[in-house]
Amino acid sequence: MNHSDIYRILPEVILTLTGVAIMLIDATLPPNWPRRPLGWVGAIGTTIALWASLWQLSLPQGAGFFGTVETSYFTVFFHVLICGIILVALLLSLDTLPAQSHHQGEFYALVVFGAVGMCLLTSAIELLVVFIALEISSISTYILAGYRKSTGRGPEAALKYFLLGSFATAFLLYGIALIFGATGTTQIYEIARLAPLAQNQVLVVVAVAMMLVGILFKVSAAPFHIWTPDVYEGAPSPVVALLSTAPKAAAFALLLRIVYEAFPSLHSFWSPLLWVVAVLSMTVGNLAALRQQNVKRMLAYSSIAHAGYLLAALAGAADIGIAAASFYAAAYAAMNVGIFAVITLVSGYDDKCPLIDDFRGLLYRAPMLGSLLIFFLISLIGIPFTGGFFGKFYSFSSAVDGGAIALAIIGLLNSGLAAAYYLRLAVVSAQRPTADESAVPRPAVGIAVGAALGMCVAATLALGIVPNTTLHAAQNGAHTLQPPPETQPPVLTPAVEVEPQASH
Amino acid sequence: MNVYDPIILTLILLVPLAGAALVAFLPDRAKLPNWIALFTSLVTFAFTLHLPAHFISGQPGFQFEVNRPWIENPAIAYHVGVDSLSLWLVVLTGLLAPVGVLASWNVIQSRRKVFYSLFLVQQTAMFGVFISLDLMLYYGFWELSLAPMAVLIAMYGRKNGPRAALKFFLFTFIPSAPLLVAILWLYSRTGSFDFTTLQVLLAHGSFPSGAIFWVSLAFLFAFAVKVPVFPLHGWLGDTFAEAPVAMAMVVAGKMGLYSMLRFHVGLFPAQARYVAPVMIALGVIGILYGAGLALVQRDFWRLLAFGALSHFSLVILAIYGLTVTGWNGAVYQILSLGVVEGAIFVLLGALESRYGTSEIAAYGGMAARLPHTATYFVIATLTMIGLPLLGNFIGEFIILSTTFTEVSRGWAIAAAVSVILSASYMLWLVQRLFYGPESALAERPAPDLRFGELAALTPLAVLMLAMGVAPNLWLNSIQSGVHPLEVKDFAHEHPTVLILPSIVLNHSTRGARR
Repeated sequence: MNHSDIYRILPEVILTLTGVAIMLIDATLPPNWPRRPLGWVGAIGTTIALWASLWQLSLPQGAGFFGTVETSYFTVFFHVLICGIILVALLLSLDTLPAQSHHQGEFYALVVFGAVGMCLLTSAIELLVVFIALEISSISTYILAGYRKSTGRGPEAALKYFLLGSFATAFLLYGIALIFGATGTTQIYEIARLAPLAQNQVLVVVAVAMMLVGILFKVSAAPFHIWTPDVYEGAPSPVVALLSTAPKAAAFALLLRIVYEAFPSLHSFWSPLLWVVAVLSMTVGNLAALRQQNVKRMLAYSSIAHAGYLLAALAGAADIGIAAASFYAAAYAAMNVGIFAVITLVSGYDDKCPLIDDFRGLLYRAPMLGSLLIFFLISLIGIPFTGGFFGKFYSFSSAVDGGAIALAIIGLLNSGLAAAYYLRLAVVSAQRPTADESAVPRPAVGIAVGAALGMCVAATLALGIVPNTTLHAAQNGAHTLQPPPETQPPVLTPAVEVEPQASH
Repeated sequence: MNVYDPIILTLILLVPLAGAALVAFLPDRAKLPNWIALFTSLVTFAFTLHLPAHFISGQPGFQFEVNRPWIENPAIAYHVGVDSLSLWLVVLTGLLAPVGVLASWNVIQSRRKVFYSLFLVQQTAMFGVFISLDLMLYYGFWELSLAPMAVLIAMYGRKNGPRAALKFFLFTFIPSAPLLVAILWLYSRTGSFDFTTLQVLLAHGSFPSGAIFWVSLAFLFAFAVKVPVFPLHGWLGDTFAEAPVAMAMVVAGKMGLYSMLRFHVGLFPAQARYVAPVMIALGVIGILYGAGLALVQRDFWRLLAFGALSHFSLVILAIYGLTVTGWNGAVYQILSLGVVEGAIFVLLGALESRYGTSEIAAYGGMAARLPHTATYFVIATLTMIGLPLLGNFIGEFIILSTTFTEVSRGWAIAAAVSVILSASYMLWLVQRLFYGPESALAERPAPDLRFGELAALTPLAVLMLAMGVAPNLWLNSIQSGVHPLEVKDFAHEHPTVLILPSIVLNHSTRGARR
């Protein structure tokens, strides 16, 4: 190890220091002092970490700490994404956490510590570090999910999330153990080299399957999605904004690493498996969402469906699939954080308006928030010129390119189905309010939340109108995981050029 | 070449958007949103008039073309242009925008900002559909046109808006899923979203014929729902009954029909020929079925919806007759229908806003109270039923005569029954609304057409007459418009690749103009 290795984990270091600082200040401040400035400390720390990730691009790409973490376009892409989500979530919490809460300081610290785990998860190339990173992020999110202690649902959500999550993590760990048994290493590049040579291929296959179970649980793909609606319903909305995007983005990064980098040799095994999971997630998620009356449960099922859309990208060839999946993760994060931000503002930290019908007349009560809600819903539907459209577009074109036309058609029909429940919410909020709803308080939008919403809108629009930059970044990331072979055509360009003479 | 030529289409796209932003950000005070919307749509209309003024008739290919790369990978370009197929449709869209604003002037009382800004976004989307030459760009505008429409139907529906909005959205959104897959499939095989490139590649290249057939079917399906073609018309009645007038008059017909002509027949002529018999049969069924149902409707919006189904089906018949003359007639008929239906929508909307009902039976004897309304309505009705010297006659005549001589006598005769049927339901509607014994409604004092409504209707009435008397003003440029569809232009080396009816190649397009 040499001292410059520290630069490889610079964002994580900055985030850790921020979290520790928040905790220490929180502990030393007199109990009756406001904790809100700690949120700003967290936001500033996250912003610095975000810049540090971008700065990492100037480092030579490669691994550090004896081949346990690496910096590459891929890690930077996900670091920036995760730090961005954390930043928005912090800004959102700043204005919406109840001021008298005694645990505000802890809250900010936990969010930042969670970010450490998620960031580390994307840059780890050693399975044990992966496991540690996953635990860091999971434990923070378990606690955050239970932050509404006054209601029964909060602790229930936390407990359910914790128990099922630990169970899934155990699967992952078991998979790691088996792969160590089969290849004698836990380093991803070594595994990629040794797995095809392993004597007991059954062991490798079982190991991959177990690791997939663990990861698919984290991304809430069907059939490992049972926890999602309960947790989303019970957790405070700003936490759900975070929970439904950042850990998932990190887990997807891990998934991409595992399937494309560690086990490309087993493509014929995991590819059909993920095909099935993708179809199941989309269909189960959308069908269940159609029947929901609770907004957060509906969005929980919608996030399951979106996990399915993202997994569809993995039906494509490696570099295209990774780029499409990364792009989708970004687009999904932008719009989903945005919609949860709106929901937080409308129904408050304690979910005063949990049902879809409670949103009736939002466009009249709060025109700006109502328009934003409809905007994010439109993006979730996948209407062009929003991020959601290009996310789906790249994902399904990757599937079509990889020959999975059936998957693309199922996916697109599903997105038609999904339009029904997104629209239901949009339509309800566009209806005239009934008279008795004048009692509902008008949500106030502060500077921090305004900035958070602005970032989400800007990101959603930018990804829908000028996706080039992000797509380039995603492609660069894809190439670091999976250098394009000489024989393969460049990304997303035609496989066969049609010859004018071909008709003879 | 005019200095505005390269930017005019971009301006047409951007001006309504800018207007929408302006409406959204200025306060909703008095009639400010209305005035901004009116001004914007008039400016846009003036811009669209630039197109025919500087259009070089007879020149093959696209004019006012802009082709700039937008997204590198996948290679989506900002490629727009008009040929004479789309030329007049753009102008028609431009014309109907101020008409729509004027028709909504007093009807839309609440949330004017939302209404007018979405209305203007919808304008941009429709212009985009007509001028996009890149399939992805086209798809983008196609989808974009759905969202404002659905929201407005939900917000301003008369009785059951939200349900109608959902129905409309799902009916039109779900078929666009296969459309997108088909576009992506084409891209994965050819590496291009560009219309002209694809046209050449599809004409020359060898593709698996089964796959290409399914691809063409996906295109056709999406367009057929949007037109709508029988039996996919389930959304039409509810949408017409619920949508605000300014929206309802643009929702059906021209976008779907144009897309069929440009992107189904234009890209997949061989496959279009294969499905043509089915489409002709569906067209004729639609003509008769729509007209029959229109006869028995109690609500005038629904009557109009089924009448529209019948009229659009006639255009389907013309498109899938696959004759150049028929296509001329089809385009002409789309234009003429756009004008007439616009006028009828404005008039019925005026009636409904005055008396608060769309139940036909409630009306009667209105002519004495509302002489101007009655006059305009009769003009529009006569045009609608295809009276000679009025707009629809030309289109119907071309279509029916071409079908008779070149496609099939039987189908032509069956389709011609529609002329009688449409006369029956439209004239009967006039009789029930405006003549006969005075109903209770007629007692109620209500002003005749307002200045704004007159300002919207008069140009439409003049156009109906002009399109009937001097069709050559339009037909001349339309006739070069079907050029890009024509075999020899894009398959110059192997004309037989496209198996169009050989008669098309020999047939002189002049015959039908007599």
